[in-house]
Amino acid sequence: MNFPQELKYAQTDEWVKLENGIATVGISDYAQDALGDIVYFEFSVEVGDHVQAGGQLGQVDSAKASSEVMLPVSGVVTEINEAILDEVEILNDDPYGKGWLLRIKVDDPAELEKLLSAEAYRAYRVG
Amino acid sequence: MFTPHTQKDVEVMLKTIGIGKVEDLFNEIPEKFRFPELKLPASLTEMEAADELEGIADANGSTKTFLNFIGAGAYDHYVPAAVDMLLRRGEFYTAYTPYQPEISQGTLQAIFEYQSLICELTGMDVANASHYDGATAAAEAVILAYHHFKGKRTKFLISRAVNPQYREVVRTYMRGSQEISIQGDDPETGIDASMEKLISRIDPNTALVMVQYPDFFGRVIDYKPLIAAAHSAGALVAVAVNPTALGVLTPPGEIGADIVFGEGQPLGIPLSYGGPYLGIFAVTNDLLRKISGRLVGETVDSAGRLAYVLTLTAREQHIRREKASSNICTNQGLMALASTIYLSLLGKQGFEAVSNLCFQKAHYAAKQISSIQGYTQEFSSQPFFHEFVIRSPQPVKHLLEDLRAYDILGGYDLGSDYPELEGCLLIAVTEKIGKEDIDLLHDALIEVTHD
Amino acid sequence: MTEPTIFELSSAGRQGVRFPASDVPEVELPAAFRRKELPLPELAEIDTVRHFTRISQKNYAIDLGFYPLGSCTMKYNPKINEVTSRLPGFALTHPLQPEDTVQGNLYLMYTLQEWLKEIVGFAGVSLQPAAGAHGELTGALIIQKYHADRGDSQRTRILIPDSAHGTNPATSAMSGFEVVNLPSDARGNVDLEALKGLCDERLAGLMLTNPNTLGLFDENVTEVIEMVHAAGGLVYGDGANLNALLGIVRPGDLGFDIMHLNLHKTFSTPHGGGGPGSGPVAVCQRLVEYLPDPVVAIVEPGSEELPPLYGYAHPAKSIGRVKSFNGHFGMLVRAYTYIAMHGGNGLRNIAEKSVLNANYLLAKVKDAYHLAYDRRCMHEFVVEGHWADAPGIRAIDIAKRLIDYNFHPPTNYFPLIVHEALMIEPTETESLETLDAFADAMLKIAAEARENPELLHEAPHNSPVGRCDEVRAAKQLILRAPKV
Repeated sequence: MNFPQELKYAQTDEWVKLENGIATVGISDYAQDALGDIVYFEFSVEVGDHVQAGGQLGQVDSAKASSEVMLPVSGVVTEINEAILDEVEILNDDPYGKGWLLRIKVDDPAELEKLLSAEAYRAYRVG
Repeated sequence: MFTPHTQKDVEVMLKTIGIGKVEDLFNEIPEKFRFPELKLPASLTEMEAADELEGIADANGSTKTFLNFIGAGAYDHYVPAAVDMLLRRGEFYTAYTPYQPEISQGTLQAIFEYQSLICELTGMDVANASHYDGATAAAEAVILAYHHFKGKRTKFLISRAVNPQYREVVRTYMRGSQEISIQGDDPETGIDASMEKLISRIDPNTALVMVQYPDFFGRVIDYKPLIAAAHSAGALVAVAVNPTALGVLTPPGEIGADIVFGEGQPLGIPLSYGGPYLGIFAVTNDLLRKISGRLVGETVDSAGRLAYVLTLTAREQHIRREKASSNICTNQGLMALASTIYLSLLGKQGFEAVSNLCFQKAHYAAKQISSIQGYTQEFSSQPFFHEFVIRSPQPVKHLLEDLRAYDILGGYDLGSDYPELEGCLLIAVTEKIGKEDIDLLHDALIEVTHD
Repeated sequence: MTEPTIFELSSAGRQGVRFPASDVPEVELPAAFRRKELPLPELAEIDTVRHFTRISQKNYAIDLGFYPLGSCTMKYNPKINEVTSRLPGFALTHPLQPEDTVQGNLYLMYTLQEWLKEIVGFAGVSLQPAAGAHGELTGALIIQKYHADRGDSQRTRILIPDSAHGTNPATSAMSGFEVVNLPSDARGNVDLEALKGLCDERLAGLMLTNPNTLGLFDENVTEVIEMVHAAGGLVYGDGANLNALLGIVRPGDLGFDIMHLNLHKTFSTPHGGGGPGSGPVAVCQRLVEYLPDPVVAIVEPGSEELPPLYGYAHPAKSIGRVKSFNGHFGMLVRAYTYIAMHGGNGLRNIAEKSVLNANYLLAKVKDAYHLAYDRRCMHEFVVEGHWADAPGIRAIDIAKRLIDYNFHPPTNYFPLIVHEALMIEPTETESLETLDAFADAMLKIAAEARENPELLHEAPHNSPVGRCDEVRAAKQLILRAPKV
């Protein structure tokens, strides 16, 4: 399982990368593996929405499972990766790269301190 | 009765399990409640049971012993012999839900064909494998609209001319949701065919507008203005249909309906005192992901052969659990199969013929009855399909009782559901009714009115 | 051999069943409403019959073989049921016929209501719900109205064990409740400590399947029910597993307030390839007034000369109608026939033999498969479909390989709390020979898993189609034949 060092992780299996006040969010390698072949993704938020951590980012379906994707940080949604909607396999193949889901201008960067480091997340999920 | 165990079998099994007697299997049951004596009649052999059930059935009158003009949501159509013969095949009716597609291709292909036929009939893009009946399908339409707007729109308009039972079931289903409002079917908004008052109630908080086609009174109404108004306000439109009518009438899919649903009983399913019936449900592609119930899709197997499977199962309760939009687990499998076989047996020409016969005979009946002094046809300026409303000079209750002397079930008393139609009777005519039957009704009405 | 669709077999101009010409003067349908095209298939009757006969032959069915599907109760469907339900006196009755013309139907429904009350120990029954999930919804709505009428609107939570069927939480959410998960303890019972913590003023009720989906009878069931009652909640029983309890114990006696029954499981009505079912709801005395409207009742008592007059009653605090007309009457006739044939003794025999069969099968396979909970099972049991020394083999592989042995696989991946679950319910109508053959196949497959795992991975080999690409089905959605 791959959990890049420089990212932070939520217990609900999303990753976050913070750069210049903008957080990029996606689902982790663990999530895509647990879901199996992903067949569908739907966003619950739009560009411009002010969102809260813990709210719903979207919904991801595989052939045998359906899961909510959660928002790990609060702020304003600045960008949504619509490209993945037509090619959902990217979420399985490249969850940390091309499979990014959205970008948020965070209200408070300190919020990321509540998230897990790569080691802590690995311990939590893989053991 | 149907347990094959011999005494020897039981001994072998007890020995393998390692207990002395069958009762020992139930030691965990609290002793004071264990082995109650059930006060039921003594058991019967098959022969005796058959006799008992025949006796009970004989206590009924039916469409065999009466000339029947009752419709109001369930219709007496001719079911070709091949429908039941095929339905009785053990491979169809003793099979389970097709969760193992490798050994369920019969069921799956039949459902795929059912879905396809419903789409063609209704003019819609996607149909599910069915809901329980027309009434629960109406509730599922409301639930779909609710989730489509993520709960942000809370007003659901339902025409008063929609089947009263559908409206009751919708209200029962939605009683768990405090914030939503089911409205539009009050006497003030009324049943006028122009739909103007209902249309005037559409606003940006409206999630769904629901109408029926033909409506509960048999009327065929042009819903294009209503659909335009609803879509302008961003609301969805659900149209309840009688499938037989779609043999000759423009389907709602062609005039912009978002959801088409209804009671599929007329398609090869016997009256059977109200069930099991068939909840037809179809939507446009835009609503595909929101549809509840089973869906069968086409795919390939490991050898590249065409195969059918249940698909988009991630929507359903066994996966989404409390996040599922609906709890529905079964579909009306065998009834969907019956309707598929019925439509296939009749085909384009046969189905159009039945539909047209219903239309023609109902119009003859309406003309004959309204020509009797004292009897008028309500809504006579409105086109109708195979049901129509007659205003009777005497209380409907007495009229129906009098007609019983002729072994005629004259129709449905509308006064119980619609106080504004007190004194009115809803009469249905299907292809099974002959001209001479209609003349019989006509003559009987004349005789019972001459008091 | 892939069978073409009914559309592909169509040929323009072919006629199937014909109807007489119209015998009345012709009237024109207004052009504005006239349908332009009717894109239905056109086949001769023989081709339609052959098509459906051929596709039926691709199905597995109870009439062909063993179906050990846990929690589905795939027992034999008596043929007499198909005869009685089709008697013209039943099949040709219109649901809106005057009550005096359908006294037979009303008598049957009334009597069935009474019999079901007696069998499960409750005070009232509605035959209206169309299926188990529908019965659950009815039950949840009754719970909700009961509390609302008493001003207990703060009761918003339904507790549901983690082993529960998906319809339980789905139903609760649909009825506006908050679903709270209730863990099971190491013996597969409801965790009493967890339950205690959740028994507060927010508790509306508990949904309990007993025996549960692990096939285990809750060892603390009366205590569980007392705890919920003491906190002011109601206890709903999911009756899917009633087959193990007929004549053995009555859920009403144990303290359940409401339950639904599955006529298509316990009472032999056929599964029909996915339906129709029938899910009557039974309630305790204080909930009788909440039943769906209408119920069947005696409206005029009988006398020495006359039988009672049957009709409909309207429960005073009814949640309303949950379905059109009267429920699945055709299935009620079948269930009536079944109960009439069995009587009290016959029903108890069903439970005894179903539990005997399950325990026998468990004893035969438990050395080869890890038993999730080492306890006496009731009518079904759950084993795990994987072994440490057979890497890569999962429950699904075992399931698919069973098809090659001419058995329908058991329920897979349910309940969720058992890893790689295989839930096995033989039912009472299976003979010793069938059970031995199944156990034998299970043992052979366990050996194959170590010696020749490819056989399992590539299974099934002998069925009309092989493993299907479900990912492709979900991504490339083809949900209908091409538009005509």
